[in-house]
Amino acid sequence: MSESISAAPAPEVAATGLPVGPATATGPRKRNDFLYYGLRNKKLVFGLSLELVLVLVAVIGPMLAKYPPMEITPFPLQHPGSKFWLGTDLTGYDLYSQLTSGLRTSYLVGALGAGCAALVGMALGFIAGWRGGLLDELLQLLTNIIVMIPSLVLLVVIGGYLSSKSILFEGVFIGLTTWPWVARAVRAQTFSLRSREYVDLARLSGKRPVWIVVREIAPNMASYLFLVVILLFGSSMLLAASYDFLGLGPSNTASLGWTLNQAQQSAALNYHLWWWFIPPGAVLTLMVFALLIANVGLDEVFNPKLREQ
Amino acid sequence: MSVSVENLSVAYRSHRGDVTAVDNVSFAIADGEIMGLAGESGSGKSTIGNALVYLDPRMKTLGGKVTVDGKDLPISNNNAMRSRRMTEVSLVPQYAMSALTPTRKIGRMINDLLRSHRVKDRDQVLAELKRRLELIGLKDDVLGKYSFELSGGMRQRVTIIMSSLLNPSLLVADEVTSALDVSTQRAVGEMLLEFRDRGYIKSAIAITHDLSILAQIADSIAIMYAGRLAERAPTSVIVDNPLHPYTQALLASLPAVGVRHDQVTLTGIPGRPPSLVNPPSGCRFRERCPFAFAKCTQTPPFSEISPGHTVACWKVSDEHAAAGAGQGLSVKEQA
Amino acid sequence: MRRYLTRKIFTYLLAFFVGVTIDWGIPHLMPGDPIQGLVSRFNVGSSAAYSALYTQFAKSFGLDVPLWQQYLNFWKGVLTGDMGGSIYAPGATVTSLIFSALPYTLALLVPSILLSYVLGNRLGAAAARRKYLDNSVLPFGYLLQAMPYPWLALVIAYLFGPVWHLFPIAYGYDQGLVPHFDWAFISSLLYHWFLPFLTVFLVSLGGWAIGMRNLVIYELENDSSRYLRALGASERVVRGYAYRNASLPQLSGLALALGVVIGGNIVTEIVFNYPGLGNLIFKAISNQDFFLLQGIFIFVVFGVLIANFIIDLVFIAVDPRTRLSMQGAAA
Repeated sequence: MSESISAAPAPEVAATGLPVGPATATGPRKRNDFLYYGLRNKKLVFGLSLELVLVLVAVIGPMLAKYPPMEITPFPLQHPGSKFWLGTDLTGYDLYSQLTSGLRTSYLVGALGAGCAALVGMALGFIAGWRGGLLDELLQLLTNIIVMIPSLVLLVVIGGYLSSKSILFEGVFIGLTTWPWVARAVRAQTFSLRSREYVDLARLSGKRPVWIVVREIAPNMASYLFLVVILLFGSSMLLAASYDFLGLGPSNTASLGWTLNQAQQSAALNYHLWWWFIPPGAVLTLMVFALLIANVGLDEVFNPKLREQ
Repeated sequence: MSVSVENLSVAYRSHRGDVTAVDNVSFAIADGEIMGLAGESGSGKSTIGNALVYLDPRMKTLGGKVTVDGKDLPISNNNAMRSRRMTEVSLVPQYAMSALTPTRKIGRMINDLLRSHRVKDRDQVLAELKRRLELIGLKDDVLGKYSFELSGGMRQRVTIIMSSLLNPSLLVADEVTSALDVSTQRAVGEMLLEFRDRGYIKSAIAITHDLSILAQIADSIAIMYAGRLAERAPTSVIVDNPLHPYTQALLASLPAVGVRHDQVTLTGIPGRPPSLVNPPSGCRFRERCPFAFAKCTQTPPFSEISPGHTVACWKVSDEHAAAGAGQGLSVKEQA
Repeated sequence: MRRYLTRKIFTYLLAFFVGVTIDWGIPHLMPGDPIQGLVSRFNVGSSAAYSALYTQFAKSFGLDVPLWQQYLNFWKGVLTGDMGGSIYAPGATVTSLIFSALPYTLALLVPSILLSYVLGNRLGAAAARRKYLDNSVLPFGYLLQAMPYPWLALVIAYLFGPVWHLFPIAYGYDQGLVPHFDWAFISSLLYHWFLPFLTVFLVSLGGWAIGMRNLVIYELENDSSRYLRALGASERVVRGYAYRNASLPQLSGLALALGVVIGGNIVTEIVFNYPGLGNLIFKAISNQDFFLLQGIFIFVVFGVLIANFIIDLVFIAVDPRTRLSMQGAAA
């Protein structure tokens, strides 16, 4: 089994089987090539546009809300209408406000999680791939172990004891449970790239390792890394939603998972309060969906073998 | 004639338009002949060899005709070609090292292929397979092994056996010696010769950039440059009397065994082959050719200088025409 | 092969060790005092009584000994299966609670994983060769993958329950029945089982289909596929070989995806109030029952390791390279 293919990025969005290694890590490509194919790739364009729209909603949406998300209005159980665009829930929260603020929270946590995972994963992956030997063995062991422990359960155990629950914590902890995916990918790429001719050439000409890493290896790895981080972004958002749904997330900020949690606890299902629980999840689905589609498109742009002629 | 290729052109699609990788190439191979096809990377030799057996879906033919044993070979029609592959024309690919699937035993693969071709008396074929394996020094337990259990040389030989199992009229061997050490190269070269001598394959095209191998096993050699044929002649003629400037430069750049650097410096051919996206008009070698003159801006025809020796070069054909005229004159004068 | 197995077993043992240590360590590293939380429930007035109650609880939960001894005691508990008593359900041991919830979770996990894996693979492979199928399967699969587990569970529960009145949406079986080995009870079990199963099945399905599709496409462009075509093999044969080659990395992907499915399972159980381990976790969190939480964590980790091991064995049976590990060459 080629270890490279098993480096399927991101847990929540299961194995997409991205072919890693020699297939994708080709030599430095022309920029215009990417741009040309990128703009013509329907999936990439669709995904990015959809995502952009949602980001806009996250940025502007809360500004248009009449009430702050966590303020109890005197109008509970309102159907969606002109007064409350998405209605209100049992307690009287403005659901439109909650949704848009929740969007912001999701993006924040997603970015934090992906960013944290990327940082840790890249650092460790580079070191392991570059040095090899014992360091590499240790890292592999570590990643194998962390990957095996279910993320949500681990988060639950950690979060269950936390007294302060903030977005920062949530994002960072999600990052700390998902970095192995990045590390694996980075390590695999570093390994395969480190023995390439142009690296040897740089070494022979006496360049320092850092220079080699930054100028020769990183650009080639960038495309694959980008793909992995995008997937991680999506999976962080999903993980956060489940985490918030369990009631472990911050309760003073609106989040999509928390809204779902409230809906479920208040038996919104039985009371047919569909506007409470359908929009938050639907929006989150769209956010992740757009990312995934854009990701597929991006993969096709970077990897000519997948392009349909 | 066993194989005849007439005015074949093959192009591949790119976002910059169609790139003609093989431009108007014609040659013929007789029964029992091994033709070497040599040239640099990008000369089109691999493209044309592979196109004769399996035209990559990204490629298309722009014209030309291929005949094998008198019958038309529809290389651009994938469905029609399927039954011809392995039986009439066969390929030993450049990627032979990774051509054998890692999850099936060799014997099973061969069986599946035979069944795909609806071969009757499979047992007979399998018995013949074992005989051939023995012939080249492989034990028939190879059939029960997986590809990763074999060494590079063994894999190469197994692919050749597989590809030639159904006695094709034409075997295209693409860089079969490139990945091997010298002694295995020799063994594989001898294997091709043996197979031809025993009639397992009728004729073959050996594609390589290594002229020295061709000198050993090929009956005739065709030199390709930038998608076109430059010269074609029997091996001894190419080696002793190359006429095309490119061929001459190629042979001159080969290091001779035993000669040291301080005695003779290696010479290369300055410059690089032209891009095929926008090839220059006329002779494609003229920008690197030491003999180029004004006429070279027109495409030189592939003309026969002596029986079996064709060259596409204005200098050569003009000199030949002049010599012919001169001879005619002297004969006339003598008379 | 032996080397492969020994390595794997070593990793599992180490993972278990790390898991237990994390499980023990986290509560002690976290701010917050479980005993304090427990004692504060009793609303004791005087501080003397409070400290007395505190010491009593600390003793009964084994927290009055030095840290390293607590660690060893914890290990002892893990290995003997005695994880202590539950706070949320006083009187019941953690182990008994876990074991009574386990069958429900397994009933959800095992069929949904197996079914989604097999069907997803077939779907993905089919999509890899038929364009029109690909154009519908791909977005559908990604959409499924993008759905947050809690949301899909809620939507399914809503549609099949309050809207269409087809299935019940709470509990493991009809609360009016007494657990009994008769058809009424079993049918009730199945009736209640179906929707949570459907949820877990659907989300996983998308991922497998997409993964397989990508792998099969990759394999179909492979050198070995090209060679088979060059030798005139029928496309059916080529596909069969591609499928076989693609199944291997898919299988490794299964081991990696387990963590995610378990997470989804937890959430689904909560939505449907299904009496499995997930629901138990939820109750443990809500009631601040740390011992129960710790016990479940160990159990889940253990289960995942066992599942990984089983997959490794299957892998050996299926992948000739692992089976016939060459001397010195990496698997």
